[in-house]
Amino acid sequence: MAYSAKVIDHYENPRNVGSLDKDDPSVGTGLVGAPACGDVMKLQIKINDAGIIEDAKFKTFGCGSAIASSSLVTEWVKGKSVDEAEKIKNQQIAEELSLPPVKIHCSVLAEDAIKAAIADYRRKRGESVDDAKTAGEAHARKAFENSSGQ
Amino acid sequence: MTLKFPIYMDYHATTPVDPRVLEQMLPYFTERFGNAASRNHSFGWTAEAAVEKAREQVAALIGADAKEIIFTSGATESNNLAVKGTAYFLKDKGRHIVTSKIEHKAVLDSCRALEREGWEVTYLEPERTGLIPVEKVEAALRPDTVLVSIMVANNEIGTVNDVAAIGKLCRSKGIYFHTDAVQGAGKIPFDVNQSTVDLCSLSAHKIYGPKGVGALYVRRRPRVRLHPLMDGGGHERGMRSGTLNVPGIVGFGAACELAQQVMPEESKRLGALRDRLKARITSGVTHVHLNGHPEKRLPGNLNLSFAYVEGESLLMAIKDVAVSSGSACTSASLEPSYVLRALGVGDDLAHSSIRFGLGRYTTEEEVDYVADLVTRKVAKLRELSPLWEMVQEGIDLNTVQWAAH
Repeated sequence: MAYSAKVIDHYENPRNVGSLDKDDPSVGTGLVGAPACGDVMKLQIKINDAGIIEDAKFKTFGCGSAIASSSLVTEWVKGKSVDEAEKIKNQQIAEELSLPPVKIHCSVLAEDAIKAAIADYRRKRGESVDDAKTAGEAHARKAFENSSGQ
Repeated sequence: MTLKFPIYMDYHATTPVDPRVLEQMLPYFTERFGNAASRNHSFGWTAEAAVEKAREQVAALIGADAKEIIFTSGATESNNLAVKGTAYFLKDKGRHIVTSKIEHKAVLDSCRALEREGWEVTYLEPERTGLIPVEKVEAALRPDTVLVSIMVANNEIGTVNDVAAIGKLCRSKGIYFHTDAVQGAGKIPFDVNQSTVDLCSLSAHKIYGPKGVGALYVRRRPRVRLHPLMDGGGHERGMRSGTLNVPGIVGFGAACELAQQVMPEESKRLGALRDRLKARITSGVTHVHLNGHPEKRLPGNLNLSFAYVEGESLLMAIKDVAVSSGSACTSASLEPSYVLRALGVGDDLAHSSIRFGLGRYTTEEEVDYVADLVTRKVAKLRELSPLWEMVQEGIDLNTVQWAAH
């Protein structure tokens, strides 16, 4: 598979690899995917008192596109508010990395990872979260788009 | 010796034409260009003589008689002709076929095609090592079974079957036995009489011959008959019409003769290199699983799963080395290797598999370089792997509720 230069760059020099303390109340952790499917992403965000994401870390088991997608979103979410980060869509990720159609699911997973991390953070703060709605949102939308023939 | 990049370690996919083979082919493209079916002039006679010499060379590799060799465009055609050709010929005798889940797609899809036309097919589960035990074959036979098709050696995991036992069983029941010997013939000793084989598929480009040429061995005594799939001029005893690919066939013959000559030494050398590769990798990396049989395997084959590392990302990390992976991400279908799945290797480990295929031009320097590179890159990718981190923390991944997608 021929990858874009951006995928190769993120794959070879992944940004923000690592882990944050998952028990820290200011850290939200998202773990999405499944080993049997060939990709698992763990995305963590650390949010300051002003509601801004001041740090983000990831670890990914997956192909080059999955690693690049998660590396890219850690760059994107840093400095954003939680609400802004929540608005990142998989299409933006796929476009930025020029992912081929067969790799679009990697960007979907990255969007899900952000949403799952935000949901975890909100849960820790006692805010109500509809897990099924947040974490699976990108997948559900993707399924809808597929079914409507796009 | 200095290393040359990229390093080729995918000899199961294809092999380069040996220069000694190419040399013999070249005249048949230009001055000796005749049609082997031209019976009335010297151009045709020259071509025909070259084809007949090649037929002898191919036959000699598998202990057959030259008259039993039918040249084809390659093993896909040979497998189609063997499976469908015999099924069509015997359609009034019975319509049941026995094969295994890890045969080459050309066999499996030929069987699927027959199923759509009303045949019944039993797809045997291999053992965890990839072996198809003769007892399983025997248990699957029915009064209406007309064909058994089990490969000599598997292209992904290299497991070598006891085809002689299966051949003996089939002969005793009067059932045709076809074997796909593409990965076995020329690499390990294989003889159609010792193995009581009725039909056998061969390919030139897996044994340092050219692409686009193969053969089907069709036994004459007791006579095996099949229905041709191609209608035309009645070439190849009526079983495969079409002008013969003379230069390709000459190359195929030369490759077979060469393979037969070098096999004892080459298989020993490759087996040692393969063991060296495995030892060097496993001494540097933990959580490595061997796919296939520990001993009964092709000398040049090593198939390993590197747990917690996805195969395609590892391929990317070792991009100077040409190997292949059972990972879904390397296939168009996004399904992990059907062979590894049939063995019961978990999907996670199937995604993490790499096939190293060593061959005639593989050197010890290359093996050491690849082993060290893989060791370094697996360590790097594990640092990136959330699964590896969880395992280090003592989490049992089987107890995690994954959101399958």
